[in-house]
Amino acid sequence: MKWIITFLIVTAGTLPPSMAADWRQFRGNAANSVATGETLPTELSGDTIAWKTELPGRGLSGPIVVGGQVFVSASSGYVQDRLHVISIDTATGSQQWEREFIATGRTLTHDKMCNATPTMASDGERVFAFFSSNDLICLDLAGNLQWFRGFGSEFPNASNSLGMSSSPVVIGKTVVVQVESDAESFACGVDVESGVTIWQIDRPRAANWTSPSILPATDQQSALVLLQSSKGLAAVDPVSGTIVWNFDKGASTIPSATVDSGSIVIPSNGLTAIRPSKDNTFEQLWNSSSISPGTSSPLVVDGWAFALNSAGVLSAGDTKTGERLWQLRLRGSFSSTPIAANGYLYLFNEDGNAFVVKPEKDQGIIVSELDLAEKILCSPGAADGALYIRSDEHLFKIAERQ
Amino acid sequence: MRLLIASMLLTTLVLPDVRADDTTGAIKVLREVQPGAVDSAVARDAVQQLRAAGSQALLPLLQGFRDASPLTVNWMRNAFEQIADAETKAGRKLPQRELEAFVRDQKQSPFARRLVYETLKRSDAGIENRLIPDMLLDASPEFRRDAVAMLIAEASALPDAAKATPLYRKAFSGAVHEDQVKTIAEALRKNHEEVDIQKHFGFLPQWLIVGPFDNKDGKGFATASGPELDVNASKAPDLQAEYDGQTDKVRWQPIATTDDYGVVDIAKQIENYKGSMMYATTTWASDKEQQVEIRLGTPNSWKLWVNGTLVFEREEYHRSSQLDQYRVPVTLKAGSNTLLFKICQNEQTQDWAQRYQYQIRICNSTGSALLPSTSTARSDVRSGVRQ
Repeated sequence: MKWIITFLIVTAGTLPPSMAADWRQFRGNAANSVATGETLPTELSGDTIAWKTELPGRGLSGPIVVGGQVFVSASSGYVQDRLHVISIDTATGSQQWEREFIATGRTLTHDKMCNATPTMASDGERVFAFFSSNDLICLDLAGNLQWFRGFGSEFPNASNSLGMSSSPVVIGKTVVVQVESDAESFACGVDVESGVTIWQIDRPRAANWTSPSILPATDQQSALVLLQSSKGLAAVDPVSGTIVWNFDKGASTIPSATVDSGSIVIPSNGLTAIRPSKDNTFEQLWNSSSISPGTSSPLVVDGWAFALNSAGVLSAGDTKTGERLWQLRLRGSFSSTPIAANGYLYLFNEDGNAFVVKPEKDQGIIVSELDLAEKILCSPGAADGALYIRSDEHLFKIAERQ
Repeated sequence: MRLLIASMLLTTLVLPDVRADDTTGAIKVLREVQPGAVDSAVARDAVQQLRAAGSQALLPLLQGFRDASPLTVNWMRNAFEQIADAETKAGRKLPQRELEAFVRDQKQSPFARRLVYETLKRSDAGIENRLIPDMLLDASPEFRRDAVAMLIAEASALPDAAKATPLYRKAFSGAVHEDQVKTIAEALRKNHEEVDIQKHFGFLPQWLIVGPFDNKDGKGFATASGPELDVNASKAPDLQAEYDGQTDKVRWQPIATTDDYGVVDIAKQIENYKGSMMYATTTWASDKEQQVEIRLGTPNSWKLWVNGTLVFEREEYHRSSQLDQYRVPVTLKAGSNTLLFKICQNEQTQDWAQRYQYQIRICNSTGSALLPSTSTARSDVRSGVRQ
């Protein structure tokens, strides 16, 4: 027999936050590193560090923001087999909850990486934490496990002894993951609610650290997920897994393609820009071997195509022609992908130096710098006027002082 | 900008009356969760049921961790965290005494014991000193690591090396992680103590090897050659056989390693034949049928057969080589067990792609070495790799 208790709950609250104020996955909601509509602080200083919160273990994954929560993943333990998902209050920096899991797949990585390298994703109601061990964990926003996929145990050969880094993306009701290595490769679409595989396709058997990108829907074509590999770039229907078209001129296996105004800029022979056509083909717009990204993914915004190499040289090209317009040498080595907001670029080097760069017609100007003094390999997130960035040890919120 | 709405909700909540058999049933559901997320909805309901039961469900839930798969452990772990969080937020204390007794119970799951330990430690800093010193030979590698770290700290603080040595020896007996073993071995050797790291980890140092066979363009990995042509469960490789190698006739020859970490270095000890593959075999005598882990590290592609059965294969070249890079659970039979290892080298020319080596050990799930009941080397061999 069950107790049945009826009572009134009087509550005041908020509706689920609009997506515009969120940063829901690697490189943002559109997976293009542009914080549309955001105005972030441009004069960085110690005063703009709103808070700094301690994190467990290690993590190269970037923060994501959903409503008033910022989420990060981490991994710990001697063999990096402890998987952490942490929810932090965006207002105060205090931890709301932490959940921990055990990896079901291989956890060893290169020393520079760790199991928590892929950035989390969210559909606004749930968060999806993916790890190098190919464990995909879905939690609701309160930290309750919704489903768990151990791709590492389901496909034990789909791993890379240097580690995996591909971050999932969410399109509609599908979370898409790329699991690609020398020994076994696949990509799949997983139902966000149930965790069941909707489709799975074979992928080129070769090590690949890139992440899926998103080609937004047009009048003629629904949104497509773009899967990059050493072979090129496949445009895939996220509902069925059908390959709609395929760019087969090869591409990088580390920086990922980005999309701007219907054009796709691919790290391929430097940078190559293509534009999909109505008939499910594409035309090449330009190729520029003089704009070549390192680990960081390219960024296209406001008519510029930016590529940052690992030595800290930022190259700016014209998105119409691919012509290189200027270069700016920053300081240090870079792994993090920069983001753009309100006409500025935000870049973090591996030593923890943040740079705000104002791109102009013939030069890039460093507007301000901030030394966070901790190793930073992840890409930042931006939401509600704030920038979020993490090191192994801390999550930082950078915002104008209220 | 966010849309803020204040609203009144009239909600009817149905709180389940959770009985012991409901708790048992919910735990059973979680223990039976299958890969592929096909039963996630049922699992979520089971977690809700356990959460409604509150702290009374904690110990049965923790006991349910025993022999559970990592997937199901993750469901149970999340249920534990939800209950613990809810109890803490409600201002109720967890059953500290019972939980500490659970941590001490080595029959229980190492995952569950560690989870409880870390939960208790948040509000009880003294638990470390109460429990960890007795966990040097624990079934949990993490507890062992903590116990070893305590002993290393104690030993390294002693100015007298002679007094430190017994502590380092004791620490060595429980160490299963490479960094701690290295630290201890370095300290002991500095004190002129003998340390057998190879034996400590259970590496297999003595092998018979035959090759090279052809692996040009990487085609050898999927192609059976030499002893692989007649590999089967009923008999060990014919060590008197002569095979058609890559360029010549080849026969089995002994190869051994004295490396601390059991590395058999084909490139150095034989030759770095590019685009080749070799087969190596050894035997391991087990005094009983038992579950073990074969752990190996190699930058090369490989296949492993145990008693004629292929237990794992991996086609990946030069992505790294680490101790325990791969863990292969197998069941060994009582008596002599034959391992046949195929290792492939490709034709990459970069400096970092020239290693042709492997290290293999046999251990239990903690990483603690298992030693054979008798000597492993087979010596019924005629001559070398090449004639």
